[in-house]
Amino acid sequence: MRNVTIIGAGPAGLAAAIAARDAGAHVLLLERAKELGGILNQCIHNGFGLYRFREELTGPEYAGRFIDGLHDIDIRTDTMVLEISSGSVTAVNPKDGLFTVTSDAVILAMGCRERTRGAIGVPGDRPAGVFTAGAAQRYMNIEGLRIGKRAVILGSGDIGLIMARRMTLEGAEVAACVELMPYSSGLNRNIVQCLHDFDIPLYLSHTVTRIIGRSRLEAVEVAEVGPDRKPVPGTEFRIDCDTLLLSVGLIPENELTRAAGIAIDPHTNGPVVYDDMETTQKGVYACGNVVQVHDLVDFVSDEGERAGRAAASGQPEGAYTEVQPGSGVGYVVPQRIRHEGAEDTVTLFFRVRKPCRKGSLVVYDGEREVLRKKRLYMTPGEMEKLPISRELASTAETLTVTMEEDT
Amino acid sequence: MRYDCIIIGGGVIGCATAYTLAHCQLRTLLVEAENDVAMGTTRANSAIVHAGYDAIPGSAMARTNIRGNELMESLCRRLDVRFERIGSLVLGFSEDDLSTLKKLYERGIKNGVRGLALLDREQTLEKEPNLAANVTGSLYAPTTGIVDPWGLALAMAQVAARNGVEFAFSSPVTAITRKENGFFVTAGGQTYDTRTVVNAAGVYSDIIHGMIGGDSFHITPDRGAYYVLDKSQGKLVSHVIFQCPTEKGKGVLVSSTVHGNLIVGPDAVPQTDRADVAATAESLDYIRRTALLSVPGINFRENIRNFAGIRARGTPDFIIGPSPVDPRFINLAGIQSPGLTAAPAIAQEAAAWLRMAGLKLEERDDFIDGRTHIEFRRQPREVQARMIRENPAYGRVICRCETITEGEILDALHAPLPPRTVDGVKRRCGTGMGRCQGGFCGPRVHEILARELGVAMWEIEKDRPGSQIALGETKEADV
Repeated sequence: MRNVTIIGAGPAGLAAAIAARDAGAHVLLLERAKELGGILNQCIHNGFGLYRFREELTGPEYAGRFIDGLHDIDIRTDTMVLEISSGSVTAVNPKDGLFTVTSDAVILAMGCRERTRGAIGVPGDRPAGVFTAGAAQRYMNIEGLRIGKRAVILGSGDIGLIMARRMTLEGAEVAACVELMPYSSGLNRNIVQCLHDFDIPLYLSHTVTRIIGRSRLEAVEVAEVGPDRKPVPGTEFRIDCDTLLLSVGLIPENELTRAAGIAIDPHTNGPVVYDDMETTQKGVYACGNVVQVHDLVDFVSDEGERAGRAAASGQPEGAYTEVQPGSGVGYVVPQRIRHEGAEDTVTLFFRVRKPCRKGSLVVYDGEREVLRKKRLYMTPGEMEKLPISRELASTAETLTVTMEEDT
Repeated sequence: MRYDCIIIGGGVIGCATAYTLAHCQLRTLLVEAENDVAMGTTRANSAIVHAGYDAIPGSAMARTNIRGNELMESLCRRLDVRFERIGSLVLGFSEDDLSTLKKLYERGIKNGVRGLALLDREQTLEKEPNLAANVTGSLYAPTTGIVDPWGLALAMAQVAARNGVEFAFSSPVTAITRKENGFFVTAGGQTYDTRTVVNAAGVYSDIIHGMIGGDSFHITPDRGAYYVLDKSQGKLVSHVIFQCPTEKGKGVLVSSTVHGNLIVGPDAVPQTDRADVAATAESLDYIRRTALLSVPGINFRENIRNFAGIRARGTPDFIIGPSPVDPRFINLAGIQSPGLTAAPAIAQEAAAWLRMAGLKLEERDDFIDGRTHIEFRRQPREVQARMIRENPAYGRVICRCETITEGEILDALHAPLPPRTVDGVKRRCGTGMGRCQGGFCGPRVHEILARELGVAMWEIEKDRPGSQIALGETKEADV
């Protein structure tokens, strides 16, 4: 029986744990929070599980479906992993103290973190009232606290959009959602259900240029940006508000991964993975937002199951084909497709770089076109999925995924 | 109730003075306008312990810089404050620069700086391979160091408090009245009777001096902004990298910090508003461009925080000594850079002036020096294991980016001068200083603070008064 240690019990880790156990492994599941479920616990809105369960569940309900299936799994919550090295995981918790476990496989499922004010360098004062959208969500939904009366949302990522609706429902006024790009980076359904339905104005090609307020936020200065994404002088206007939510992107949390010497893809900021979710280090697998930032939890669970099954069986090493992003595509996961594998079809996940009405996804092997699929609408806010046969992949030198707009 | 000395200001200068006076049989009170120590210039500066080649020979700056640099290492060891003597390079990029470096070298020798050396291009690049290739030479100063500035101020204040120095926070001084045997100092609505006053009020020191009719100096503050980059950039340089001062300005510095990050800055913008610490887009743009001239490989996408601080400029030299108005009123004013370095020496001089003013500085025989500050993440694994066995709270990691445990937060809350705000915990423990900037641990720190202080979460402030993070509970709004 193989031992599998899983780091993180959010949707990816939960699905991996169940799949690995079902495949016959002995599973140890480590979670840094006191509860299982990860970020799903604070996502009290519905819309989770449409693909997987054909139901609209809330985040905690979605997590509950998996938590209910966790029998015969060794679970340690309140447990923080300090280090991974060659199959050993060192962690601490108040009950067991500091401990090191060695196992046949490790699955990384640490999720991601939010980009902060520092990452985007917003000038101005440093008052209270500036939150990342996820931190604000935790304050409202877990701590039960009201965080502001009048808010501006910077960035139209999904968490920001969800929080615009959430704050409105809680009696706050959301004065504006401000997006640097000429299009939203969130799911279309969230734009409609969270902004349009509540008459919240969306300022595309705008950004916050100054934060004003010495104790608590008093206002933000907003300006239009040009094609270079730099503020256009003279277009500044002031919006009085006591809350600024930042929804400006997510970063896979790979400090443990880097420290373990596992190769990181500069396009995803996540580990390079094979189609069975194994990283470049034998026996170490990864799944969920630690690999790539997903839109929908259903696909996170799929990825977790794939990692769990592979970790439980232990794939032999073998030949593989590299997959890389080409023109119009930001990244591709997996970065490597094994020539031998359990499934005959491998799905490529990626995002296009800009919105496109009517176009095609085209895969090349070197100069040679090997696959072409038409798409009616593509946008960076929605992850693309493209199935490709393993046989086709295994005969290719290198696969390059591109997007072509119809002219 | 009568004090021997009231120190006005809880920055590094006031805290160093409190620590020095705590050694003596005196009744001392430190009054601070803000709700914590280190809330002004001390918390927003370059965190450099300067070697001392900059100051004019014979000046108070030169004298206290050299002495402060000498005192810093043993002081930080006693108080368990992070200090690393990593040395510095002042870079030259032209013939003119090289002659300026030579002048700085000679000035440093006159000031008594040890170990200075002029390096050629190859020697410079050998020490720092990531410098711009067009560097032509440098001035090397091995005695330059980096320190945790607010940690130093806090440690000195804590030892002072443990030895009987009293602290009154949220107590801005509103009036000082001279009288025959001292002063009445009104601060935070209370009036205190004291024999002497030490004015360590930073950018407000001229206003404080004005309260007894003094107008011998005026502070014209300026503001300097900074970047703090992720630890991924922290090892880009291994010395403090300065640029050669030119008529265009002093340049900006690039250095690792004792916390492992990379600090880049500052600029210098004259200020009329002494409380304005906003970082402007122009400042940040200037600093980024200027720093890249020294170290072209800095990845500013790894920025995690910008801040700006105010410095008390306007006087040609530090002002250390009695007011012309009253010899019992000691000014420690105009303490701009290298004030952090000079603080321990300035405090010793302040004590000497207080003796001249008539205070008896008899050493206490029950003074307890030293302080320990246990950081879980810096301990070897076997020590970490033992710590958790003895106190399970060390096994609960609250700040995942910096690996700060609940045990450390509880230690801070039960130490002298405990934090009352989320940022107060940050300065003491390092929570929220990492790459997620408190996105994950902020609410948890907030919760621990409220629990330990026995107040509701919405009463907890981020930093200054009025900086509440939450307004109340959900479901109580008027919809």
